[in-house]
Amino acid sequence: MSAGAIPAVAQSAATRLRKRARAERLWSSFTLWLGVGIVAFIAFVSFAAPLLGFHNPNEQHLLDALQPPSRAHPFGTDALGRDILTRVVYGGRIDLTFAFVTTIIPFALGVLLGCWAGYRGGWLDTVVNRLVDIVVAFPFIVLILAIVTITGPGLKGAYIGVFAVGWALYARLTRGEMLVEREKEYILAARTLGYSPRRIVMRHALPNVLRASIVFSMADVVLNILLLSSLSYLGLGAIPPSPEWGALVADGKDLILTAWWVATLPGLAIVVTGVAFSLIGDGLADRLGRDFTLTTGGEADAGGR
Amino acid sequence: MQAGAELLEVRDLTIAFPAGEKPLLAADRVAFSVTAGRTLGLVGESGCGKSVTLRSLLGMVPYPGEVLGGEIRWRGEDLVRASRRRLTALRGREISMVFQDPTSCLNPVFTIGDQMGETLRKRAGMSKAQARRRAVELLERVGVPSPERRLRAYPHHLSGGMRQRVMIAIAIAAEPQLLLADEPTTALDVTTQEQILSLLLEVQRDTGMAIVLVSHDLGVIAETCDEVIVMYAGRMLEAGLAPAVMRSPRHPYTRGLIKAMPSLDVSGDVPAAPIPGQPPNLAALPPGCPFQPRCALARPDCAAIPVTLDGDLMAHGSACPFAEAAA
Repeated sequence: MSAGAIPAVAQSAATRLRKRARAERLWSSFTLWLGVGIVAFIAFVSFAAPLLGFHNPNEQHLLDALQPPSRAHPFGTDALGRDILTRVVYGGRIDLTFAFVTTIIPFALGVLLGCWAGYRGGWLDTVVNRLVDIVVAFPFIVLILAIVTITGPGLKGAYIGVFAVGWALYARLTRGEMLVEREKEYILAARTLGYSPRRIVMRHALPNVLRASIVFSMADVVLNILLLSSLSYLGLGAIPPSPEWGALVADGKDLILTAWWVATLPGLAIVVTGVAFSLIGDGLADRLGRDFTLTTGGEADAGGR
Repeated sequence: MQAGAELLEVRDLTIAFPAGEKPLLAADRVAFSVTAGRTLGLVGESGCGKSVTLRSLLGMVPYPGEVLGGEIRWRGEDLVRASRRRLTALRGREISMVFQDPTSCLNPVFTIGDQMGETLRKRAGMSKAQARRRAVELLERVGVPSPERRLRAYPHHLSGGMRQRVMIAIAIAAEPQLLLADEPTTALDVTTQEQILSLLLEVQRDTGMAIVLVSHDLGVIAETCDEVIVMYAGRMLEAGLAPAVMRSPRHPYTRGLIKAMPSLDVSGDVPAAPIPGQPPNLAALPPGCPFQPRCALARPDCAAIPVTLDGDLMAHGSACPFAEAAA
C-alpha cells in the first residue's frame, strides 16, 4: 500500500489509526512476552538450581529456625531451619513438571478424541460425550480420594486423577469447534479431492480447531498448579519433606501469626506463576482470535480484483 | 480424451432422506448423461435437489440421505455400488468439484502453495519440485497474476475471485475428466462471475473435460451450458439443448423462471414477474405434478399425470402435457 493512495486530508487520521493498531499489537505482545519471560525465569531458576548456588532443600539448621527474611535467607527459614527460598526453588521443579505434564497429555488426548467425535459423529460421538458428562459431573475431590486410597499418598495419585479428568474439557471444546469446521467448504473440498479421513481430520481440520483449546490450556496450567498445591495442602499430594509449593504453604499455616514468611512467600510463588500463565493465555487469545492479517500485513490488498 | 465420448450416465437416480413415515425424495428418478467436452446445467430454485444430485455423483450424499435407487454409470462402472476405496481413488483424479463459497473453500491455515502442492503430490503423484512448477503453471492457467508470489500467500490475502480461481486450479490439478461445479459464481460479483465462467469454458476447451454446472441463475446456465435440466422438488420438469430450452421453454415452470429474470432493458415494458408462492415443501407435495400449486395453467388433471419427460436431453422433453395446448 502506498501512502499516496490516501488523500491528504485523511493523512492525520490514517496516522492515528496506524498508531492505534501498533499500540494494540505491542500491548498484546507485551502481555504475552511478559508471561513467557516470567515462566521462563522460574523454570530456569528451578531446573538450574544447583548451578545457581541452591543446594539441598532439606538441609536443616535447627539453630537458625524461623529466621525472618534476611540477606542470608531472602525468604527466611522454616521451623526446622531450612532455607525457604531454596525450598521454593526446588519446589518449582515439582510444580512446573506437574503442571506441564498434566496439561499436555490431557490436551493431546482430549483434542484427539474431540476431533474424531466431532468429525465422525455417530456412536463415537455419543460415547465420548457421555464420558465427558460423567467426568464433568463427578466430584473431583472424591475421585482423588478414591485414587489416593488405591495408590497411597504422593504425586502418583494426583497425576492419575488429573489424567482421568483433564481431557474432558478439551474434548468438549474441540468437538464443538469441529462441528462448525466440518461443515465448511474446505473440508468438503478436501473430501472431493479424495483425501483420507485421517488426512482430513489430522492435517486439514486440526489446526483450525486448536485455537480455543490452546487458550484454555494456559488457564488449565494455572488450575493444575493450584490443584496440586491444594491436594498437597490437604495431605493428598506431595508428602513431606518434599518442597512442593502447596506443602510449603501447609507447613507454615500454623505459624502464620508468628512467622508470616513461612506460608506467604511460597504462596507468592504460586500466585506469580499463575499470573504469568494467565498473561500468556491473554496474549495468545488476542493473537489467535484475530485475523492473521495484522501480523503479516502488506499482502492483504495484493492480487485483488 | 476423445470429444463426444459418453462419460457419465445417470439413470432413474433417486435420493432419499429419512423423515417420519415416508422418506423425502431429494431427487426422484433423475436421468441424464454427460459427454466429454460438453457442459450440462442443472437449474432450479434452492432446495430443488440439484446440489444433492451433484454430490451423489461422488458418493457424497450428505448424511442421513442415501441413494435409494437408480444407477450412476461412470464410463460403464456403477458408482452407486462402488466401494468406498474406489470412490476415494476417483475423487479429485477422475471427477472433481468446485464450490460456491470462496471465503471458506480454501483452508485458512495453509498457503496456496501448500494446498496446491498437496493435491499435486498426493493426487497427481508428483515430486515436490514438479508440483511447484506445475502449481505455477496452473495458477497462470487460471489467470492469477504473479503466481510465484501467490504460492506463499494465505487465502485471506486473496480476493473472492482469486480464491475461486485457485479453487479451480486445485480442482483441475489432477486433470479430471469431469468437473462438478456447485454454484461456482453465486457468491461473486457480476464482473467476476463473467470471468470465472469464461475461465471454466476455456479450461474445458483446452482439456476436453466435461462440466456439470449447478446454478439457480438461468442467465449463468444460458451462457455456459450446452444442455439444461430444469429441476423442481427433486423432479426433472424439462430437459433439452440450452438454446432450445431458453428460446422456447415448454414447461410452465421454465417459462416462469425465464420471466422472473430481471432484464437490463430499461425501456422494458415487460417487468420481471416472480413466480408466485414458495419453493416446494418436499414433505407436502401434491399428487401428480409438484408445480401445480404455483402454476397459472393448473387444472384438475394435473394431480393425475406422471411426472416424466416426453423426450430426453437431445429431444427437448417436458413433463407438462398441457402447457402447449393451453398456450
